[in-house]
Amino acid sequence: MTKSNFTRRGVLKTGAVAGAGLATPTIFTSRVWADGHSGFTNAPTGDTVTLGFNVPQSGPYADEGADELRAFELAVEHLNGEGDGGMLSTFSSKALEGTGILGKKVQFVTGDTQTKSDAARASARSMIEKDGAVMVSGGSSSGVAVAVQALCQEAGIIFMAGLTHSNDTTGKDRKANGFRHFFNSYMSGAALAPILAAQYGNDRKAYHLTADYNWGYTTEEAVRSSTEAMGWTTVNSVKTPLTQTDFSSYIAPVLQSEADVLVLNHYGGNMVNSLTNAVQFGLRAREVAGKQFEIVVPLYSELMARGAGENIAGILGSQNWDWKLENQLGARYSGTNAFVQSFGTKYGFPPSQAAHTCYVQTLLYADAVTRAGSFNPCAVDEALADFEFDGLGNGPTLYRAADHQCFKDVVVVRGKENPENEFDLVEIVEVTPADQVTYAPDHPQFAGGSLGECNPGA
Amino acid sequence: MTDQTSNTGAVRPATSAAPKAKSAGFLGLTGKDASLVVLVAVLTLLAPFILNPFPEGSAMAQFNAGYPDLMQRFVIFGIFAIGFNILFGLTGYLSFGHAAFLGVGSYAGIWSMKLLTLNVIPSIIVSVAVAGLFSLLVGWISLRRSGIYFSILTLAFAMMSFALAYSVLTPITGGETGLQLKYFDPRILDGALAQGETPRANLFGLEMGASYEMQVGAWLFTFNAGYYIAAIAMLVAFYLSIRIFRSPFGMMLRAVKSNQNRLNYTGISPKPYTLAAFVISGMYAGLAGGLLVAMDTQVGAERMFWTASGEVVLMTILGGAGTLIGPVLGAGFIKYMENIVSTINKTTLEGWFAFAPDWLTDVLVTIVYPFVGKGWHLTLGILFMAVVIFLPGGLVQGGQKLASMFRRKKGDDAAASQSQPGE
Repeated sequence: MTKSNFTRRGVLKTGAVAGAGLATPTIFTSRVWADGHSGFTNAPTGDTVTLGFNVPQSGPYADEGADELRAFELAVEHLNGEGDGGMLSTFSSKALEGTGILGKKVQFVTGDTQTKSDAARASARSMIEKDGAVMVSGGSSSGVAVAVQALCQEAGIIFMAGLTHSNDTTGKDRKANGFRHFFNSYMSGAALAPILAAQYGNDRKAYHLTADYNWGYTTEEAVRSSTEAMGWTTVNSVKTPLTQTDFSSYIAPVLQSEADVLVLNHYGGNMVNSLTNAVQFGLRAREVAGKQFEIVVPLYSELMARGAGENIAGILGSQNWDWKLENQLGARYSGTNAFVQSFGTKYGFPPSQAAHTCYVQTLLYADAVTRAGSFNPCAVDEALADFEFDGLGNGPTLYRAADHQCFKDVVVVRGKENPENEFDLVEIVEVTPADQVTYAPDHPQFAGGSLGECNPGA
Repeated sequence: MTDQTSNTGAVRPATSAAPKAKSAGFLGLTGKDASLVVLVAVLTLLAPFILNPFPEGSAMAQFNAGYPDLMQRFVIFGIFAIGFNILFGLTGYLSFGHAAFLGVGSYAGIWSMKLLTLNVIPSIIVSVAVAGLFSLLVGWISLRRSGIYFSILTLAFAMMSFALAYSVLTPITGGETGLQLKYFDPRILDGALAQGETPRANLFGLEMGASYEMQVGAWLFTFNAGYYIAAIAMLVAFYLSIRIFRSPFGMMLRAVKSNQNRLNYTGISPKPYTLAAFVISGMYAGLAGGLLVAMDTQVGAERMFWTASGEVVLMTILGGAGTLIGPVLGAGFIKYMENIVSTINKTTLEGWFAFAPDWLTDVLVTIVYPFVGKGWHLTLGILFMAVVIFLPGGLVQGGQKLASMFRRKKGDDAAASQSQPGE
């Protein structure tokens, strides 16, 4: 703590502040600001705007958090007109010109969610109260997303969710100030079901192993209802403790049952371990009544696939996005290559889906502010409501006003038999079009919540 | 256990100064204790100034801790650590599951806000009461054993509570996504909220989030209502803890720590004393949990995870177990590291070292970066090891060493004779 006050940055910053306006936390107090941009929390004055990137830097999802942070840095570069511009050139909305947001240079602060809702909220509150962030984004679990989303609603700033797959984020816990680009459990189920039926037939008997917490429940429910609608039956479903590392005792009963498909509603370390155990028990080589035994992992992640190694070969699952989309399925998924190109140039490897969703969320926020002409959360809310866009890698996409959920195609992938390198572990099987995964906002799996009113704070 | 006993023994003389005349002094405190309470009160009330020493927008503003959330956390975790210290510092029983009481208090508090009223007073009372009952149950079972077995039992209870809250009890606890206030919660004592209105915790209408901001030149000081309510709670908790330390009951607890067998032979059962200390300590944790909910109206199960229990042990040992002010210092220290050091990222570092030539900036950033941002755990670990090795009495012992050095410099012979007994 012996840093001098007279650093270059200090001098520059003090200059820019011009009267200590910058980053002045104005939460819950009202103040009159210049140029009409006032009346909401942390209204940016001066020539910069601060965004808060709240990602897991320690704990089980630290790898994903690191990748999200890379994507945020890239997005900020592109917004400020540095680098090659990435998806700005393919994005269907042309409001962004690489001059920051509304002419204000984008700055960012980072924090560690530790994948704990308390720590995530503390970190987000420090961004809002201390650093004057006008938007918070990031996160790699639904518990954190729901907690931070509620905080942003209370404080009156925008929350652009990162990786969160539970239905609750835009279901029972949806908030007017929160937006989710990532897909959800229901969409995974709806996207997987027809492909499972096509690949494995209509008369399968499924056995579910489900992580014993909210996300596990919603995912199991989604996959179960979608596959049962296709004619599958569910033999059994067993909840596994979150902290379980050895799943042998849960896999053994599968061998005794008449099931011919095992669905692993697991994520992170759980998924790596349960899948490895299942393969070690010879489930992949098993035949039940003349049918090849199959394993399904509803939510796939590149980082987990890397953890599970060769065990993922031939296993089906769903993804929000994959870096090979545009190369393999053509120009409908434009933007993918532009993003992979600039990410690869800067970091030397292709981005994960967590990185993609965070990058896109940042761009979408910047674009909404620019189109609305204001950082006011209510203006952003209006600009994103039922906003249709394209060119951000997922094909034509809708940001639905009723629940702030994005609707787009869902990618169904399978683990490669012979991966060429550690970044190319999955192959794209098919893409389920958006209208097949669309549901009513009051669908039973999403019921019980209300967006409420947008809250500008201040 | 023996380690801790001998460590804390080193500082005990400083804290267990024999109470002379009970009736004398301020609020029943002797001179030294009274001045300590006054000092803590002044520091706590002036915290918005003390914690914000750097002007807004300067490069050093990164180190400012005077924003509502962190100030609230300082005092709330201070209460938690003070309570833990009543058990660990006095009786020597190392509970490794104290976060469970904090969590149970939080859940009780939020349910009170959901079902009764948004006022924080009933919610805090409910938190303390429920945490007290739960600690009575856990203590009654766990205190049948001592030493490492006691620690493992409490750890088991805490992890059980975590697992229950995270999955089995999802309908009551909200599971992974936790519990939050909704505008459509029943709240029988309050009127119904309008559709979509955000429920906010308040004290007879004064919202916990309400702040008054004072701008002095380039400095900005925030006075937050929630912080002052939590600060008053901490001062009361601190005062009560001094009274417990100085009471005959406190002496009995120290007797349990120094030699339980001897106590048994003299015909005194230590169990009622340890159980009382355990419940008091659990109620302190419940108070902290209730305040956490009052300041930030949500609860997640991670609050009860074993790392949270470990954290309060770290806070107490880091600050100085068995001392009065130590746990508060330790809590502040750890929360500062967690919230300030973890936010220093590469870009910030590059800003600091921008005065140097490029190559030197890169070298400096490469050296410093692993210790800040996501590496804050590493820095905390190193500091913790340093404290345990060089200052077994915690930060308080560090302060005493500094003070005695200062006194010796004055050249007073009298001061030398007053210096604290060595290790």
